[in-house]
Amino acid sequence: MAKRLDLKDVDIYYGDFHAVQNVNLSVPPRSVTSFIGPSGCGKSTVLRTLNRMHEEIPGARVEGQIQLDGEDIYARGSDAVAVRRTIGMVFQRPNPFPTMSIRDNVVAGLKLQGVRDKKKLDEVCEASLRGANLWKEVSGRLDKPGGGLSGGQQQRLCIARAIAVQPDVLLMDEPCSALDPISTLAIEDLIGDLKKDYTIVIVTHNMQQAARVSDQTAFFNLEATGKPGHLVEIDDTEKIFSNPTERETEDYISGRFG
Amino acid sequence: MSAALDAPERPAVPATFRNVSTARKVKNQAATVLVTLAFLVALVPLVWLLVSVLIKGVPAIVSADWWTRSLSGVTPDEVRGGVYHAIVGTLVQALIAGIIAVPVGILAAVYLVEYGRGRLAKITSFMVDILSGVPSIVAALFIFALFISIGGLSQSGFLVGLALVLLMLPVVIRNTEEMLQLVPDELREASYALGIPKWKTILRIVLPTALSGTVTGVMLAFARVMGETAPVLVLVGYARAINFNPFEGNQASLPLLIYTELSTNPSAAGQLRIWGGALTLILIVMVFQLAASVISRYSAISK
Repeated sequence: MAKRLDLKDVDIYYGDFHAVQNVNLSVPPRSVTSFIGPSGCGKSTVLRTLNRMHEEIPGARVEGQIQLDGEDIYARGSDAVAVRRTIGMVFQRPNPFPTMSIRDNVVAGLKLQGVRDKKKLDEVCEASLRGANLWKEVSGRLDKPGGGLSGGQQQRLCIARAIAVQPDVLLMDEPCSALDPISTLAIEDLIGDLKKDYTIVIVTHNMQQAARVSDQTAFFNLEATGKPGHLVEIDDTEKIFSNPTERETEDYISGRFG
Repeated sequence: MSAALDAPERPAVPATFRNVSTARKVKNQAATVLVTLAFLVALVPLVWLLVSVLIKGVPAIVSADWWTRSLSGVTPDEVRGGVYHAIVGTLVQALIAGIIAVPVGILAAVYLVEYGRGRLAKITSFMVDILSGVPSIVAALFIFALFISIGGLSQSGFLVGLALVLLMLPVVIRNTEEMLQLVPDELREASYALGIPKWKTILRIVLPTALSGTVTGVMLAFARVMGETAPVLVLVGYARAINFNPFEGNQASLPLLIYTELSTNPSAAGQLRIWGGALTLILIVMVFQLAASVISRYSAISK
């Protein structure tokens, strides 16, 4: 059940610091949108506001509207926990729960939300691991700790864990930056598969990766350190990498940055 | 020999890595000798203590009576009876302290690490620091003043337990706090991102991850308070018979037994009991510490 994301006039603050200024963009369902830009431009910050994860940092706040299929996720009375059940997230470094087996890691979300039915949990476990292209590698050792897998496998385990709760949107914060090229390829292939069922937003520092996996690309930039980051442009990935509208974008992707 | 002749002549290589100055060699040797000596000096009192307690204590504890009988009806110069009554007292009093201090300490640590921001957290943290510096006699006198002088209660093992709470609490809080801080924030974030509420994240993700370290710390806190002497001197009377009830009457404990025998019984039997009691206390503390390491090893493995 992929859903559409719309950001309208979004401003993000950490206390007094204006981190990101006036972002307007739309993410259509069943597509991959990548956020690129230099460090500190606010792309990860924007990503984290999409499922209200930034609220874990004291003093962080958002102005403007972020809508999931037209419903404001920051509306009065809307619950951050409920938002995160709908909008899942995969992080930069693989972070399986160290006290849990591979199986328990995958179904952790469901289990902790109160699902007890063992048969259902086993089904979800297998489906999610298959979805994350990990089933063949781990089906024989589901009871072993998740920490024993390789980095790339751990990251796919985290993706399996994220899709096990059946979110509508999947956010990925530099999911390959801690992985070797082969594991990266595995994750990129997986993103291509997941696109059929999910709306995906991925932050990446690797422009080739953005070009390979995404349908549209958003370029963020900042004028200087201490100034707020802003969205320069968002367009079809092909257009951004071949014929961007803005000069800034062209300078960045061609390496003439700064 | 022909192989050597065939080999092309290599240019002489200067021995760059062998050219160590004598001064550096001497300094290196001196430093090694110094730290080794310091280690040995530190070891001397430890080994001495352990060996003399073993030599003088083992004859007392090898009898079955030692572990199963009290000193009830045993005259001071008679080598008979045991310290069961004191072991019971020590364990009961430590258990009372643990029942109160462990949950309060763990919850306080959870508050400080997971929720504490602003003034209340700072004040709490400061108070814990002060509490951890309080000498045991002060803790004992505080309980004495509060419950006996003002409250009008009589001495009992329960009050000893309360005094031990004050000594145990800062240890449990500080240790649990450290263990919780070791849990990477990434795990909390991963849990939040699955739509798991904060309290459940703490209960099911953070605490289990920190469990082994926390349990180890609790065990060490137990081991520490069981040897405390000031509270038992101030807050409870010595009994030669078994008393399971900490709320009523006198109750022995190992430190109190050692002190009583030392101050009232100069006979050979008394000496034997002192060393036996000391060895018993060391053994019990050791069992707790071993249990701590075993538990920590087992709980690190996921089910």
